[in-house]
Amino acid sequence: MGNITLQNVSKSFGATSIIPNIDLTIEDGEFVVFVGPSGCGKSTLLRLIAGLEDVSGGKIMIDGRDVTQEAPAKRGLAMVFQSYALYPHMTVRNNIAFPLKMAGEDKAVIDKKVTDAARVLNLTNYLDRRPGQLSGGQRQRVAIGRAIVRQPSAFLFDEPLSNLDAALRGTMRLEISELHQQLKTTMIYVTHDQVEAMTMADKIVVLNAGNIEQVGSPLELYRSPKNLFVAGFIGSPRMNLVSGQAADGMGGAATVGVRPEHIQISRDSGTWRGTVGVAEHLGSDTFLHVQTDQAGPITVRADGEVGLEHGETVFLTPVPSKVHRFDAGGLALR
Amino acid sequence: MARTVTNRQKAVTTVVVWIIALLIFFPILYTIITSFKSETEAIQGFNLIPSGTLESYAEVEAQRGYFRFFLNSVIISVGSTLLALVVAVPAAWSMAFSPTRRTKDVLMWMLSTKMMPAVAVLVPLYLIFARLGLLDNRVAITVMLTLINLPIVVWMLYTYFREIPGEILEASRMDGASLWNEIVYVLTPMAVPGIASTMLLNIILAWNEAFWTIQLTTTNAAPLTVFISSFSSPQGLFWAKLSAASTLAIAPILIMGWFSQRQLVRGLTFGAVK
Repeated sequence: MGNITLQNVSKSFGATSIIPNIDLTIEDGEFVVFVGPSGCGKSTLLRLIAGLEDVSGGKIMIDGRDVTQEAPAKRGLAMVFQSYALYPHMTVRNNIAFPLKMAGEDKAVIDKKVTDAARVLNLTNYLDRRPGQLSGGQRQRVAIGRAIVRQPSAFLFDEPLSNLDAALRGTMRLEISELHQQLKTTMIYVTHDQVEAMTMADKIVVLNAGNIEQVGSPLELYRSPKNLFVAGFIGSPRMNLVSGQAADGMGGAATVGVRPEHIQISRDSGTWRGTVGVAEHLGSDTFLHVQTDQAGPITVRADGEVGLEHGETVFLTPVPSKVHRFDAGGLALR
Repeated sequence: MARTVTNRQKAVTTVVVWIIALLIFFPILYTIITSFKSETEAIQGFNLIPSGTLESYAEVEAQRGYFRFFLNSVIISVGSTLLALVVAVPAAWSMAFSPTRRTKDVLMWMLSTKMMPAVAVLVPLYLIFARLGLLDNRVAITVMLTLINLPIVVWMLYTYFREIPGEILEASRMDGASLWNEIVYVLTPMAVPGIASTMLLNIILAWNEAFWTIQLTTTNAAPLTVFISSFSSPQGLFWAKLSAASTLAIAPILIMGWFSQRQLVRGLTFGAVK
């Protein structure tokens, strides 16, 4: 089981409040991603759940048990760190066996669990190496191996892929998702990369300045962002936000938002007239950065084969049903 | 543009460095040379070629008994080093991994005690040792040298521990390691090179400490520093014997230093560059 509940949790360092007040429920077996910009308190929140930091106020419950005052090891959680945090003087085998050894497990049991974990993570041939002799991806797998042998009630991941190169990040993302499918254990994953959040999560928690801006499934956040912050943060390239005159006449909104993929582009006529600046050709898509007269700079996601080049005049028209409207306070108008 | 060094510049630098090194090493070299001279040769003036006699060594051993002093030096320097580590490892651990607002002040305060001239507390300390019957006592002088070198040991270990990523210790806590297991299985093995250099340096410092050992010991607990100073007698200085005594006193530490110079240099410059 791995139900985790945060009740009025707050954290300050001296006079600086990092997390003012958070309530959150994480269901058993969910893959929850905490996402937000640097310094938004997402790693601190994870460390509070892990017990590596003490809360300043509120309660943390795991499976209905109050663990607020309990030591990290007593909470039944396992954590994978950004820097992997492997023990450099131990072999891969001893790294994975360490939590079992600390729990006083029998040697035969330890051997079996380590062998099983190594097989799942393709580490069987590396068991007698030290972390320094492994690649980044292999090290990350050892860190995951060390976490899974404990059979924790939940896994905590603190930006585990940020030290890997782009290609490996993609592979490891799939491996972690696959692992979640196999183990069906609660996973809490911290990242600042919204692509990781969108592709891996059952539920995304968007954080900003220590507050939860919105909680929901990736598609909920994509389709119905609650406010301007979530609208701007979720989606890549980010949503075009237009205010002032260009937003007038769109249902009384102070700001309107339209995603790059929800803008029709034409050479002849449309709502906004503009000039193509940079065109980023990705093969499958082309991102056009258009400087419009009415709405300022707008990013458009066009077909990969689109034949528009720098300096061409184009007309842009937002798809009416896909326009997001926000009031002067930045909250979405429904 | 990268800075280039010509062969001529390299040659000049090498010669200059050799000259400086020889100048620094010369007093030690001349002591060793003099130890192989007779007393007559020794007072005859500057002479780099000794007759090669071992009579000074024989006399020194016969008169004072080298090995008793050597044994005391070993006991005092190794003992004070181990004792200092027992205190300094937990102290440096807490300062490196759970610092408070005052940690830096505590470190500076500890170091400031090294800035005080030892002679300023000679009389009170001598009286305390005398009244408590601790003069010429091995345990007492070992504790004394432990306390004298403790600030340096704590500082060095603190610098080493600071280089160990805190996340690794947090990982061990998540893995269920108690504080004891964390120090034994994770921190200490990772800090072995640092602890080894700290030990070496402390042994050398304790071995060479002369001020307190000469003041507070005479025979039973006297180390090699007292052995050397005993050759400066009211009848005058016996240069050859004094040189033989000095050579015997510095030889063990010189040999140890030679074999461990890599660790020592690493220890002294650790943390200077990331």
